[in-house]
Amino acid sequence: MALTALRDAVRELVRDGDTVALEGFTHLIPHAAGHELVRQGRRDLTLIRMTPDVVYDQLIGMGCARRLVFSWGGNPGVGSLHRLRDAVERGWPAPLELEEHSHAGMAAAYAAGASGLPFGVLRGYRGGDLPSHTRVATVICPFSGEELAAVPAHRPDVGVVHAQQADRHGNVQLWGIVGVQKETILASDRSIVTVEEIVDELELRPGGVVLPSWVVDAVCLAPGGAHPSYAHGYYDRDNDFYRGWDEISRDRERFLAWMQCHVLETADVGEYRASLEQAVVA
Amino acid sequence: MTTSFTADEMMAIQAARRIADGTVCFVGIGLPSVAANLARRTHAPHCVLVYESGTIGAKPVELPLSIGDGELAETADAVVSVTEMFAYWLQGRRIDVGFLGAAQIDRHGNLNSTVIGPYDTPTVRLPGGGGAPEIATGVRDVFVMLRQSTRTFVSKLDFTTSLGDNVRVVVTDLGILEPREGELTLVAVHPGTDASTARSATGWELRVADDLRETEPPTVAELTALRALRTKGER
Repeated sequence: MALTALRDAVRELVRDGDTVALEGFTHLIPHAAGHELVRQGRRDLTLIRMTPDVVYDQLIGMGCARRLVFSWGGNPGVGSLHRLRDAVERGWPAPLELEEHSHAGMAAAYAAGASGLPFGVLRGYRGGDLPSHTRVATVICPFSGEELAAVPAHRPDVGVVHAQQADRHGNVQLWGIVGVQKETILASDRSIVTVEEIVDELELRPGGVVLPSWVVDAVCLAPGGAHPSYAHGYYDRDNDFYRGWDEISRDRERFLAWMQCHVLETADVGEYRASLEQAVVA
Repeated sequence: MTTSFTADEMMAIQAARRIADGTVCFVGIGLPSVAANLARRTHAPHCVLVYESGTIGAKPVELPLSIGDGELAETADAVVSVTEMFAYWLQGRRIDVGFLGAAQIDRHGNLNSTVIGPYDTPTVRLPGGGGAPEIATGVRDVFVMLRQSTRTFVSKLDFTTSLGDNVRVVVTDLGILEPREGELTLVAVHPGTDASTARSATGWELRVADDLRETEPPTVAELTALRALRTKGER
């Protein structure tokens, strides 16, 4: 593990064509890392994420993705992801292949990946139309004979999460809603963790998840790096941003102008945050 | 205090009344969250609100906009990983009631929240099933909340996202449907509407119960409690 700049971590660890998972279930969504992928113009990515959310709407709209593996693709509490829909319904800016699962299937696939197993097993995918459109199979329990669903393990080339804290050795702790971040890091070949703060010593939190430095490739300081999602104990979810994104993302030109102004023309998360504050003042 | 109310308020109150005290509810965002929180604030103080983000026993003061708002974690009895939520708690059959919504429903309570049009070339790509496929088969009772129209209540789904086997009630803006002999049947209409209105808002030949009744309008106490619930960020 190395404490490194996010720009350098993304340059060294993420390649065009990689399978990349940015996780964080409504909380601690690694937006700063997503923006860096956009700035560096990564292409042909297979993006894995349970809830693609605004972070993947931006990557898809900027043409970074070839394929999306997901289970719920909306703007939580608001409505559609318009860039995702435009890619699927009209192939803009490029066609997007979908591999669609249920939440339970995605969670089982991450857990299998973290466990080094080839597939996850669950009582799921029953009866609906999804199994005929995705990668899921039936396995028979060797003990009871029960039919169960098998989903192929997620094994991302790169896993990316955001956490509250790391210490100077690169040990990471995140707490609050912890989602599937531990599974994502352990399932991935390489990993990047952005953090709100570097501290001298981690103070262990109830329900906290600790990722020892030796399972993480790069730890990058990115305060505010989860915005517009939130970092428990640091800042709240920017609900107005999510509501506002509906309008920004609805129109291709407006979306591109927004990405130009707030992502491509900013160097890092600090400048991104400053550009948003300026936009509010103006 | 006025006793007029909106269709959404009526739906939330009707659903809330069906949550018995002590029920463990798997709650999504929107009307289900309103209904479950209303039940907890009124007749069912011990109902347990489980959000799929991993919060068990959440007691939010303000309604969350997303299923992972920080207040859910701060007020929860326990916060577990999403992996654990779906494996141990939902698949482990520890949830009594699960709420689902959808873009389409058929006469058997099967739901579509995936696409309008063909899967590979959809006219509308919807968000997708999320937790719904396993909620529909993993909880004891599924409560569906949907506005009733021929666009939503269809004779044939464009896509089956989740199965209707465990659907016990469908609460709409016009009334209440329950499965009888394997088919959703109108068992109650809200005050001011009638069976023929519900029939014409349904894309199949809607069965109407012989003992069709009228729902009890919201009480002042229910409306007061409901209106005290505000979504975070809304003033």
